Amino acid sequence: MARLANLPRHGAWPGLIILGIVFVWAMDWRAALMLAVWLTAWGINVILSKSDMSGARILVPVIFGVTLLALWEMAVVLYDISPVILPAPSDIGVAFWENRGILWADFVQTILKGALVGYVIGCGAAFLVGLAVDRSMFLQRGLLPVGAFLAALPIVGTAPIFVMWLGFGPASKAAVVVAMVFFPMLVNAVQGLKASDAMQRDLMHTYAASYWQSLIKLRLPTALPFLFNGLKICTTLALIGAIVAEFFGSPTVGMGFRIKIEVGRLAMDVVWAEITVAALAGTGFYGLMTLLERQLTFWHPSQRRG
Amino acid sequence: MSAIDANPPCAFCLRMRAISMAVLPVLVVVGVIVAIWYGGAYLMNRWVTLDTAERRGVEMTFEEVFADTMAQERPRLPAPHQVAVELWNTTAGEEIFRERRGELRPNPRSLFFHAYQTLAPTLLGFVIGSLAGLMLAIGIVHNRAMDLSVMPWAIASQTIPILAVAPIVIVVLNAVGLTGMVPKSLISAYLSFFPVVVGMVKGLRSPGAMDLDLLRTYSASQPETLFKLRLPASVPFLFASLKVGIAAALVGTIVAELPTGARFGLGARLLTGSYYGQTIQIWSALFMAAICAACLVAILGLVERATLRRMGLDR
Repeated sequence: MARLANLPRHGAWPGLIILGIVFVWAMDWRAALMLAVWLTAWGINVILSKSDMSGARILVPVIFGVTLLALWEMAVVLYDISPVILPAPSDIGVAFWENRGILWADFVQTILKGALVGYVIGCGAAFLVGLAVDRSMFLQRGLLPVGAFLAALPIVGTAPIFVMWLGFGPASKAAVVVAMVFFPMLVNAVQGLKASDAMQRDLMHTYAASYWQSLIKLRLPTALPFLFNGLKICTTLALIGAIVAEFFGSPTVGMGFRIKIEVGRLAMDVVWAEITVAALAGTGFYGLMTLLERQLTFWHPSQRRG
Repeated sequence: MSAIDANPPCAFCLRMRAISMAVLPVLVVVGVIVAIWYGGAYLMNRWVTLDTAERRGVEMTFEEVFADTMAQERPRLPAPHQVAVELWNTTAGEEIFRERRGELRPNPRSLFFHAYQTLAPTLLGFVIGSLAGLMLAIGIVHNRAMDLSVMPWAIASQTIPILAVAPIVIVVLNAVGLTGMVPKSLISAYLSFFPVVVGMVKGLRSPGAMDLDLLRTYSASQPETLFKLRLPASVPFLFASLKVGIAAALVGTIVAELPTGARFGLGARLLTGSYYGQTIQIWSALFMAAICAACLVAILGLVERATLRRMGLDR
């Protein structure tokens, strides 16, 4: 028995794998084909990750992602899955290209007019309130626990209320986004403003720096990592808020609206294309903030490389 | 002032003073919020009241207008006490089960019933998602190929508005024939999965080189290192990500109830409320959701404190 367990270590892996594939083939050739593709890709990844190749960090996840897409495509084609349940990635790509006009209009409506406006207003307001809270110990003691509590609540639930108040247009979406991003941003802003050392603040004091001088020269720069942490968390929240709010009522354009309508028409390829847009927008938005962070907080230990 | 300073302060007084220092500001802030809420309710509901008065040709004093704005049936913004009354009536005022056609059925008027409809899939999904996340994290820490393949996707997936996708998953699973609790709990499992993966990978890697070296000198095997060093060291990280995960899971279940025309659950309450303009119902469902979220996080916080204290890590 012990000898059997030791087999893989003695280079018997390929044999075992081929044996397994043959075994599965006997039961279902389609599953065997997919298993073979998966194991090949995984084998390449294992070899790549053990080598010291410089590109492995990028290549390995790309291979993994492409393999998943390939398996998805194969599963849909081989098992003849209805496009109503799960469209193949290629169908989604085609739908993406054919509906690019609609998708762009939805993107402008939901992301630019709804999420982005709400994001700017919400994060800006939270930052200003953070400045005010920072000046008063009493407000810090009172607002911070309440803010932390509210930040953990399902604030998306306020969407129907805002839609009722502000109508179906982008204003209600922006309002939901403001409500969603405000407290996470506030908590981060207040934490960030407290991040400078007592020593550093004392130094500013010995320079006879005014509140504003010490704020701009010392406390804002030390707060930046926290501010960006908040800004990054809020990107995803903003998109979620804007899309979910559209489920409660919207004009006949917008990502949430499109998802709702096309699900009803069982046009799943368009729905998945819309999800692709949402994913791209989310990653892009987050990536933009990360780039900005890298530019502005290059001095922080978390940004050092090599 | 001097009388207090003269005597050495008793422990009890110090404790009371510390508590009041912590609690008083919170109470003041909550009080201000409630006051603003009442003011907003008056301002937003005023127009309906004045309109009806004008149509009837009645002159109303300020007190009458104010009283009316606080007691409308479908106000634009219900006053806090209206929401509180509705919450009380639909929880304590309604039986959770009632007799119907000779058998005991859950009462759809009880908010507890709706909360249960939402909480059960949340908890089921949370357990599934956390366990799966834990497994994946253990795999990632031990296998470099897995780490390089999966980790970038796990991190990128956190920037994607997954929640907006929830409705589709529900509809598709319904088409396949899965209904009831499973689709909803899959959403919440998915949402609690990634925070746990990311947090636990950090946690399992938190033991320093010294600790790992020590276990090597003991000739500890990988499973032994995992159970005796890595897992205990990752417990603080585990609780931090569990708290994020359970909040996300609850939101996921609520959103999952929106587009499918679910009849029961807090999300369904929100949706039917918004269809029929029942603002008080929306607000009470919202508060129930908030109370559930707060309770779940608080329970996890208590378990965390107890665990960390037993492990000697609370500091």
